[in-house]
Amino acid sequence: MARAHFADPHTKKTAQGEQRVNTAEIDATNMETKELNGRLRDLMLSGVQKIALRNVCGQRYIGTRLYNPERRKVEIEIFGTPGNDLAAFLFGHKIVVHGNAQDGVGNTMDDGEVIIEGRAGDVLGFSMRGGKIFVRESVGYRCALHMKEYEDKRPVLVIGGTSQDFLGEYMAGGIVILLGLGGKSHEGNFIGNGMHGGVIYLRGRVEKEQVGSQVEISPLDGADREIVDHYVSEFIERFPELGLNKEEILRDEFLRLSPRSKRPYGKLYAY
Amino acid sequence: MKSFVFPEFHIIRDEAKCGQCRGCERQCAFGTHTYDPVQDRLISDDYKCAGCQRCVVFCPKDAIEVRPTQSPYRQNASWTREKMEDLKKQAETGGVILTGCGNDKPFRIYWDHIVLNASQVTNPSIDPLREPMELRTFLGAKPDFMEIKSEGDDVQIETKLSPNLTVETPILFSAMSYGAISYNAFRSLATAACKSGTFFNTGEGGLPKEMREQFGKCAIVQVASGRFGIDAEYLNCAAAVEIKVGQGAKPGIGGHLPGEKVSGEVAATRMIPTGTDAISPAPHHDIYSIEDLSMLIYALKEATNYEKPVSVKIAAVHNFAAIASGIVRAGADIIAIDGLRGGTGAAPKVIRDNVGIPIELAISSLDGRLRKEGIRNRCSIIAAGGIRCSADVIKAIALGADAVYIGSAALIAMGCNLCQKCYTGKCNWGICTQDPRLAGRLNVDIASLRLSNLICAWSHEISEMLGGMGINALESLRGNRDHLRGVGLYEWELEVLGIKGAGE
Repeated sequence: MARAHFADPHTKKTAQGEQRVNTAEIDATNMETKELNGRLRDLMLSGVQKIALRNVCGQRYIGTRLYNPERRKVEIEIFGTPGNDLAAFLFGHKIVVHGNAQDGVGNTMDDGEVIIEGRAGDVLGFSMRGGKIFVRESVGYRCALHMKEYEDKRPVLVIGGTSQDFLGEYMAGGIVILLGLGGKSHEGNFIGNGMHGGVIYLRGRVEKEQVGSQVEISPLDGADREIVDHYVSEFIERFPELGLNKEEILRDEFLRLSPRSKRPYGKLYAY
Repeated sequence: MKSFVFPEFHIIRDEAKCGQCRGCERQCAFGTHTYDPVQDRLISDDYKCAGCQRCVVFCPKDAIEVRPTQSPYRQNASWTREKMEDLKKQAETGGVILTGCGNDKPFRIYWDHIVLNASQVTNPSIDPLREPMELRTFLGAKPDFMEIKSEGDDVQIETKLSPNLTVETPILFSAMSYGAISYNAFRSLATAACKSGTFFNTGEGGLPKEMREQFGKCAIVQVASGRFGIDAEYLNCAAAVEIKVGQGAKPGIGGHLPGEKVSGEVAATRMIPTGTDAISPAPHHDIYSIEDLSMLIYALKEATNYEKPVSVKIAAVHNFAAIASGIVRAGADIIAIDGLRGGTGAAPKVIRDNVGIPIELAISSLDGRLRKEGIRNRCSIIAAGGIRCSADVIKAIALGADAVYIGSAALIAMGCNLCQKCYTGKCNWGICTQDPRLAGRLNVDIASLRLSNLICAWSHEISEMLGGMGINALESLRGNRDHLRGVGLYEWELEVLGIKGAGE
């Protein structure tokens, strides 16, 4: 059934020709999720650092089974469309998707980086608590839900387009940036419902009726501008094919969406 | 605003015995006792007393007595004192009434209407003091059939078995999070679980890093809707992972650890900033269907390399058995069900006292349903919510559970007197508080000894009862309802429980 075509891990020279990196390739045609992730894990444990997955079609949890106490890191390139829960619980690895992603990308992700050269589905970055996700185009519903942060662990989500409803619901930390590229207007509702931490930066306009009652809309200050500047640069670096001009993007109006209180439900109880 | 609420407790001080040592003043975090230097005597404010009995136990002169007060109102079966006073509190504050511990209302406690069997003449009883008695239980999925290969004396199991938890006795500590309970209480549960060959459940507050190596092997780590303190290391250090969907004390609603309880250490373990509210949404927002639940179950199996059983905890509600069947089919290895009387550190009282169904009925209908569908072997059942003694444990198993979780019982073993003020964070017994002065009162060595003593005592009693029934392995009692009879129950109750009436 599974026509798993495996290239032997081999050593090749990188573009810089200095560091030697172990690379491997898996043909995921007709391969079950469990088998694919098992192969990925075996390759990581054998010392491979870069893995290309070809013909991926709906296999779930790619990157999830790569926890290792030694904190080895791998880079995974995905050709095709990975299934739900890509990079769930991701433990510091890097994943690039040459295409679209489905629901649940970066679910409870701990650290690492995910780059999606396309769009992503619902529940992106749910309860994410570290690392970065870059999505070239737009995302679905309920993204950045309950993202949180602790000390230097601050998750970052940069979305080239816009999102559907419930972005940043219950958000407790981290940074979300919506760039609204290509003139995309932000039409999602219930943005930041129950938000009590973190910040959403949004290029373009959003009406008061679109955001939760706990959210304050304000212009960016100097510190905000530095953050946005930094991550817009990173976004442009990751998607050179878009040929974006940073100054042009930053020239437009950005809004900051932040919680009015760290204790939204403090006054709910009798005693 | 003047409060119209009467005190719930009356403090009687024997002035002849009181030595003005001010111990009671120090013991009470609610500020009930104060020293008056002019009169050189202690004054007690009944209004502040929670009835936790801490000052009574720790008065060196035995000079204090704390008694519940009689209702000051005209007797009224409809407008009870509790109803009137809750209403007054709401009229005074406009807020939701919070409470702690489990449902205290007089719903029928079925345990007390079920009696056990014993052997007489035929199938003679077994003396557990002389003969081996197997209480060891394996929690997790069992295969539909098993292929074995034997060569000579060597027998090999060919079927690939699912990971199972091995418990030496069918009693586990229920989920109580660090944050809700103190570090010392949390560590006491962990210590006792390891010592007694059983497991504690971290609840959704994470597992402090320094505890992972020593206690991870006896930990069931929880993944709840708030996803606090979860990373791959947390999941992998544990013996099993539990997805918390619901809790018996508050089915259908989320949790909310107030910012006051989010101390520096709690914040580090939950991985959120100090002092922010830790909000657990009512649903998991990545789970809106059985298929979504299955996705999380398998995400956790992937994250732990298929090495650990995954449990799903739900509250027992009206149509939960059908949901539970879906949960088994979604890939859960263990289902934990929490009944109407399950405890909590904080819940709206109206939810705690009115939502859910009794655990006894729930165990029976779940076990029955899974058997009927032919999938009972694919998961284990842990029953929770109102287990008070070893007889409750054994009855739960005869009704169809594999094991039980105890929460309130474990807290009572450590000193809790069910004053229901857990949500204030002022627990004088050092259990349900993050105040270092109060938490320091709970000695881990003593509290864990009290817990392991409890497990040891209940296990002996379970062996005695089993032996009395002529059974030498708990396995043979599971779902064996012939060993139960009901007393004083209606027909429909006997039917749901799947047991006969006494004498039948």
